[in-house]
Amino acid sequence: MKLSGLEPLIISPASNFINVGERTNVTGSRKFLRLIKEDKYDEALDVARDQVEGGAQVIDINMDEGMLDGKEAMVKFLNLIAAEPDISRVPIMIDSSKWPIIEAGLKCVQGKAIVNSISLKGGEEEFLHQAKLVKRYGAAVIVMAFDEDGQADNYERRIEICKRSYDLLIEKVGFPASDIIFDPNIFPVGTGIEEHRKNALDFFRATGWIKKNLPGAKVSGGVSNVSFSFRGNQSVREAMHAAFLYHAIKEGMDMGIVNPSLLEVYDEVPKDLMERVEDVLLDRRDDATERLLDFAESFVGEQKTREKDMSWRELPVAKRIEHALVKGIADFVENDAEEARQSFDKGIEVIEGPLMDGMNVVGDLFGSGKMFLPQVVKSARVMKKAVAYLTPFIEEEKQGNGDQRKAGKILLATVKGDVHDIGKNIVAVVLACNNFEIVDLGVMVPLDKIIKTAIEEKVDVIGLSGLITPSLDEMIYVAQEMERREMKLPLMIGGATTSRAHTAVKIFPEYSGIAVHVNDASRSVPIAQTLSNPDSHAGFQENIVADYTKLREGYLNKGNTKEFLSLADARANKLELAFNAETISTPKFLGVKKVENIDLRAINKYIDWTPFFMTWELHGKFPRILEDEVVGEAATNVYKDAQKMLEEIIRDKKLQANAVFGIFKANSVNDDDIQLYDEAGEPFEVFRTLRQQTKKAASARNIALSDFVAPKESGVQDFVGCFAVTTGIGLDELVAQYVADHDDYKSIMVKALADRLAEALAEMLHHRVRTEYWGYAPGEHLENEDLIKEKYQGIRPAPGYPACPDHLEKKTIFKLLKPEEQGITLTENLAMHPAAAVSGYYFAHPDSKYLGLGKITKDQVEDFAKRKNMEVKEAEKWLRPSLNY
Amino acid sequence: MTQAIDARKRVDRLLEESAKRILVLDGAMGTMIQGYKPTEETYRGERFKDYPSDLKGNNDLLSITQPKMIAEIHAAYFEAGADIVETNTFNSTRISMADYSMEDLVPELNLVAAKIARKVADEFTEREPNKPRFVAGSIGPTNKTASLSPDVNNPGYRAIDYDTLAANYKEQAKALIEGGVDLLLIETVFDTLNAKAALFGVMELFDEIGFEIPIMVSGTITDASGRTLSGQTTDAFLISISHAPLFSVGLNCALGADQLRPYLQIIARETPFLVSAHPNAGLPNAFGEYDETPEKMASQIKEYLDLGLINVIGGCCGTSPEHIRAIAELAEKYEPRHASQKLEV
Repeated sequence: MKLSGLEPLIISPASNFINVGERTNVTGSRKFLRLIKEDKYDEALDVARDQVEGGAQVIDINMDEGMLDGKEAMVKFLNLIAAEPDISRVPIMIDSSKWPIIEAGLKCVQGKAIVNSISLKGGEEEFLHQAKLVKRYGAAVIVMAFDEDGQADNYERRIEICKRSYDLLIEKVGFPASDIIFDPNIFPVGTGIEEHRKNALDFFRATGWIKKNLPGAKVSGGVSNVSFSFRGNQSVREAMHAAFLYHAIKEGMDMGIVNPSLLEVYDEVPKDLMERVEDVLLDRRDDATERLLDFAESFVGEQKTREKDMSWRELPVAKRIEHALVKGIADFVENDAEEARQSFDKGIEVIEGPLMDGMNVVGDLFGSGKMFLPQVVKSARVMKKAVAYLTPFIEEEKQGNGDQRKAGKILLATVKGDVHDIGKNIVAVVLACNNFEIVDLGVMVPLDKIIKTAIEEKVDVIGLSGLITPSLDEMIYVAQEMERREMKLPLMIGGATTSRAHTAVKIFPEYSGIAVHVNDASRSVPIAQTLSNPDSHAGFQENIVADYTKLREGYLNKGNTKEFLSLADARANKLELAFNAETISTPKFLGVKKVENIDLRAINKYIDWTPFFMTWELHGKFPRILEDEVVGEAATNVYKDAQKMLEEIIRDKKLQANAVFGIFKANSVNDDDIQLYDEAGEPFEVFRTLRQQTKKAASARNIALSDFVAPKESGVQDFVGCFAVTTGIGLDELVAQYVADHDDYKSIMVKALADRLAEALAEMLHHRVRTEYWGYAPGEHLENEDLIKEKYQGIRPAPGYPACPDHLEKKTIFKLLKPEEQGITLTENLAMHPAAAVSGYYFAHPDSKYLGLGKITKDQVEDFAKRKNMEVKEAEKWLRPSLNY
Repeated sequence: MTQAIDARKRVDRLLEESAKRILVLDGAMGTMIQGYKPTEETYRGERFKDYPSDLKGNNDLLSITQPKMIAEIHAAYFEAGADIVETNTFNSTRISMADYSMEDLVPELNLVAAKIARKVADEFTEREPNKPRFVAGSIGPTNKTASLSPDVNNPGYRAIDYDTLAANYKEQAKALIEGGVDLLLIETVFDTLNAKAALFGVMELFDEIGFEIPIMVSGTITDASGRTLSGQTTDAFLISISHAPLFSVGLNCALGADQLRPYLQIIARETPFLVSAHPNAGLPNAFGEYDETPEKMASQIKEYLDLGLINVIGGCCGTSPEHIRAIAELAEKYEPRHASQKLEV
């Protein structure tokens, strides 16, 4: 979704939650209402400005009040805002329940606004008429879950109305899906009324449903509603808003109308309060409301003292600084900075130490959706204040060094379209402390300005920063423009989303000067020193060129440079195996077999632990990893915790393990298909496989999985199998429990373990199929390590993995096995639910082996689409990662 | 009905041509008219001999009083290699004609101007069937702004409102289409809200007449800050007008070709529509004249083409048929820009 004020606002799946400022709303803010009524528009503008400065990315404006001429007030206020660039830089949300006010508002804004809202309340005709006009005025639209029968108040009604509205908008109006925002109604919880218990839960579920089923549509809502019955109790309301957003964002909520000053940090809410709040939101107990009310009362009593709760002032200074940064409290930070300075040798160490540590905490909370932009803005404000306090001392220390000569001149800028500058500011401080002269152009700097300033100021190095992903492209544009102007200035690239790989692959080739990625503030010093000294330049550049060229080639070689055979040529070079009594063994069992409630302890010994450590970003083979010099200790700890949890899971049967498999008569037909036959020999389902097309060395073959099955023409009866297993029944409940305890560690742990168990179950089942059911390897005796190394005969490739990247085949497997009865389902994107599940084929031929399909060319995709009886476009969609074009 | 069918045929031809090559737009109309050194009498002609107000400077009126002059100018641009000429209607709205008390002449001004350009274009197409010529109905910004106050002490005041603008533009577009233009060019947009009102009026008109013709929108970046007069950045401007089904979007006027390039790059990168540019012949010199030579301007436009930014190229203030000839000779050697259709999420 693209919106605009004087500046653009682009909302993509990668965007963080969008905050819509709510205080310029006469129905929600008594102060704002008073200002409008008393014609104090100057002060009303200040309210709007404060919101934008406080981090609102859109501002909601509502003039619906009985005593006001809403239309006139809307027009007047919007016209005044248009004259204030620091407000009108953000998009406007025109909020009214009266269409004439909305329309009047739309005629005042030059940017692309959001209409809040229209609905089916007045019937289809009115809805379509208004939607058509909104489109013609060039705005996005919020659609309320409201129809002729009233406002949707449960899950079913919500999704029914949203679906109907969506279809009407798309089909009858041609409204762009990406400009549709649903408001599935946030209603109060904890009201004491039985029907309200599921209000929050239904909103979460409806949000998830919309994001999954109505492509392109966004979800928004007025958050303060949810805590309506706790008016007067700020602590509870804040906690409730934090928890509500945390859960709603997880379901895909894109934006919301919030009051940043009524927003607590999720992790900062006392655990006992959060537990009770979430009990109410998630309807976890019958007495949840009573318990919260009781608890809330104690908070009301406590509140006055709580507000003055200064106990954090007793903490050690580093912790106080962290607290001040997370909470955005600027009052004491100068004192704290001074105190910290006393305990360090130099002022700079306070910045590099406690202040940066605190900002890292803020960064982590932001990244995990537990802090929101307005709060981060406050944190940055505290940071800036502390840095400002320390700067004179740092200057003085430098003077004391007697070294007046500047080390070099560096231009720093956060690129166009990006507002994140905390990291860049830290870099600026650190470099300045190391005697560099800094030209800091601030945020959202257009490339022209960067280049012009660099030339005028005769800088030695340009440093570009950015946090959001589009900034990566912006940096490329800067490099391209520098190249076009034949500039030679070194370019430093930094910021959260930047990487060495991106710099090497995307920026480095665009620029013949040096473009180098800088991982963090501390690395910026040696690199800046090297780059600003022409003598050390050449050697450094050579290294970078060698390094990045290698990285880049490594990256590119993965795909594009290979040669491909046509599908016909690839088929001509297929793998031809011998099919006879020696290589084909008739299964002891034919048909479909289900196994439920499998003993977890039996599965346990089949676990391959190495991938488990990869989940925790610990790399190394099990069990050697436990002794590893670097990660050994961490690995041992996590392994111990895993064993403990696994034991509990097994003992208390917290997870259920189910499996189903089938073995069928089969032959390969038309080269790449595998035709299955029922016991009577009648054809029924078909597996469609894909064939390798990369040009191979002389003796190597272009293989498809179908090559492992005897062709129909051979006249030999062959067989294939398939399976689906899960160990994830009960997993959601366990995860919910840990999440409710705010125990991220355990919730990740239990998911990782369930994944391992599912793989282990697949291994165990395969073993039993080989030795018993199919029985082609009755005498097999392999240790777990040999299993992991795949030393057994036959393979069990899984759709979605390298041998058969086509997820669609899961549908065929599910048709054959009906694993739904075992609790495994497919999502519309063909992911298995629960996630701890594995499905795949069985091939028994002694020469069958795991393979990677690699890239395929268009002729195969067209052929595949024809075989599957689908549009080429759809086939391309599913095979996207495997396409060579 | 036949009008709709004729329009459809010419639109198809236009789309076909635009896929094959870079289309060349004409250059300045005002500069060319000045070359004729017109007097008050020239403007008045026979018909307005006794008109009560001053008429000198009302260039659009010349379509009625000096149709031959206007036809000659169109022909000169076609001769120089232009594929599209703009009608002499930049100011033919009620709002702008109020300066001459000629509001009621608006339908006729547009109709006559469109017919002149149509006739010249058809003659050229007949002569060179392989290079069909087209007519764009020029729709200027008017002399009023919908999102700025002319009174610094009263920032909430507006000299014009959306509805009036939309009605003005609709009236103009209706007469232009009746006169046979192939497309509408909403140009020199310095206030995006004006352009949005124009698009609103035009879309309403399309609904009423039951067919559509292509719309070009061309904005104006007023200074090196990269913003429109009403304060929007180039990308914000683009987002604000992209709800309409546009044929092309681009930039014209205010800046010379070299200053315009960074903003054109932004548009070319972000838009799924075709991209147009018709810059001035440099910036005005101390005498208010545009003195960039055709060669100099062409060399700057070559940069656009090297970067693959362009589908439609032409000139604005200060450009002459010589400029257009230089540009057309250059454009012939290049492929048009291929838009990468970005999927919006």
